[in-house]
Amino acid sequence: MLTVLESLNQALYQVLEDDPLALLLGEDILDPYGGAFKVTQRCSTHFPDRVLTTPISEAGIIGVATGMALRGFHPVVEIMFGDFTPLIADQVINHLAKFRWMYNDQVRVPLVIRTPMGGRRGYGPTHSQTLEKLFLGLPGLKVIAANNLAAPGDTLYFAIRYEEDPVLFIEHKLLYPLSIFNESDDLKLLSLSVHSQSNYPIHKFIVNNAPPAQLTMISYGYMAELARQALLRLAYEEEIFCELIVPTQLSPLDIHPYLESIQQTHRVLTIEEGNLTLGWGAEIITRLVENLSPPIRIARVAAKESPIPASPPLEEDILPNLTDILKAVRVLMDPSQ
Amino acid sequence: MDDQAFYRKLYQIRCFEETVLDNFPKGVFPGTTHTYLGQEANAVGVLSNLAKNDIVFSNHRGHGHFLAYGGEPYLLFAELMGRSTGVCGGRGGSQHLHWNNFYSNGIQGGIVPIATGMALAEKRKGNSTIVIAFLGDGTLGEGVIYEAFNLASKWHAPILYVLENNRIAQTTPIEMTLAGSISARFSAFDIPFCELETSDVVVIYQKAHSWLNYVRQTQSPAGFILHTHRFGPHSKGDDTRPLQQISQMQTQSDPLTIHGARLTPESRTFIESEVKVEIQEAFQKALNDPFPKVLTEC
Repeated sequence: MLTVLESLNQALYQVLEDDPLALLLGEDILDPYGGAFKVTQRCSTHFPDRVLTTPISEAGIIGVATGMALRGFHPVVEIMFGDFTPLIADQVINHLAKFRWMYNDQVRVPLVIRTPMGGRRGYGPTHSQTLEKLFLGLPGLKVIAANNLAAPGDTLYFAIRYEEDPVLFIEHKLLYPLSIFNESDDLKLLSLSVHSQSNYPIHKFIVNNAPPAQLTMISYGYMAELARQALLRLAYEEEIFCELIVPTQLSPLDIHPYLESIQQTHRVLTIEEGNLTLGWGAEIITRLVENLSPPIRIARVAAKESPIPASPPLEEDILPNLTDILKAVRVLMDPSQ
Repeated sequence: MDDQAFYRKLYQIRCFEETVLDNFPKGVFPGTTHTYLGQEANAVGVLSNLAKNDIVFSNHRGHGHFLAYGGEPYLLFAELMGRSTGVCGGRGGSQHLHWNNFYSNGIQGGIVPIATGMALAEKRKGNSTIVIAFLGDGTLGEGVIYEAFNLASKWHAPILYVLENNRIAQTTPIEMTLAGSISARFSAFDIPFCELETSDVVVIYQKAHSWLNYVRQTQSPAGFILHTHRFGPHSKGDDTRPLQQISQMQTQSDPLTIHGARLTPESRTFIESEVKVEIQEAFQKALNDPFPKVLTEC
């Protein structure tokens, strides 16, 4: 069965084969190393002229790739760790995300920036963070989060080959070895109807043959995998029936596909690996409350307000886990609280 | 270009910028502006050498670059006034221009890797198009330009970095901020450079001609350091230099005086009167143009 890593790797290889305008740039992406997380393996061997290993110059590489995109190429830049994205912030915020609008729609910047985010590997404070929230809500930039539902390589391929605007493509490190989800006897995977044709799909999980859901979980990336595990446990062990919505596109945000589910369940739990304060979940919940009639019970699961420690028990304490999700669901379901 | 044509272009930029400064207090322009007074020979000298498809990436002090590139004064006035007819429909204003192969942005240094990437893109297409990127001495404090120089040298980007050293960054003289020399910043990356201490447009034109040829033929980067003088304030009223210092610069280094000496007084007067009319007409035309429509959400 295909893993997320294989899916992404095949997509990069395939896009180089199919699209003569595609270029890969990044640090240590050449074979035999093939990138710190091996996502670019095989590419430089087969397309030596279009896979460019770079100096350690994140802002410079993004700038160069932006120039290439403005002049018609489809560059893809790997930023080795998502923790290094603050180094590219000026290029993203003040340059590439603005150009199309600022130049009055006269240019396009078809650039994809891929980067692994997330912790649980003991890498410590500057190699474990979930920083995509810094780039959410930025006009002109799409933020896409890979998941292990539909093949993430298809999403990546589309973004590189056909997207006209810049994309920040987030890959949680723990997704890489996971197999792509196949529908099972237990779970049904639906595409939310509004977005069924979208290249950045919103997925919905429901438990097969279950009564109507009482709670809606919303999550993305690797946390969606933990939420999926929680969904099954709650159904089989506690007879709490939830549904889980997993967006691929985090920003820009269209709340409408989410409304129907929460209109029925009246309970919503957002689950993210970034820290809680002023985060993704806060915006999702605000939009839901603005658009739906009360009563709605709300809660968020997220990381504690701390840098990510290197020591495993400390890291485990800071980052949200399966137990935190189960607890939050039980609280939301408890009429006395 | 002949002497008359050079003078016409120099005077067009001068007249445009003076019109901008004269009219700022009247509330015609929103925001701020950075004028090119005193530095006109740089843009005219370098950009008079452009081939048709060459790309120019300019900075916050870009009006002179835009006009020397061939942009119309009217389109620039309209952009500065925030009118829908401006080069970017009023969205960008003074520092954010795009027209044909001319681009600018208002962040110090941020354009330098992008311009470098453009040069690499054109090289990859196999054509002879090159890029000219303008940066100032103040920008030498920004780290990202050195990332770009390194990549340009290593990957042989066909780009000319035109470094206009007007010796002052907003209000801070270069002696207070710059360690080492400007040229060593290029030589550290094995980027060959030319260094000129002149406001003579003809000298700049001739040197730029051979250095642009070098970039085009070798398909590799070069630096073009122009020691120059900014006569006006950084933006509008923020000049803290003694008046005597400015008037001395104007006496010794005015590109219009230097090049004007090659023309007859009659020829100069004739060109000036024509350009004045052109700039006034462009200004008035832009002033009568509509503001962009505000799009309201349905």
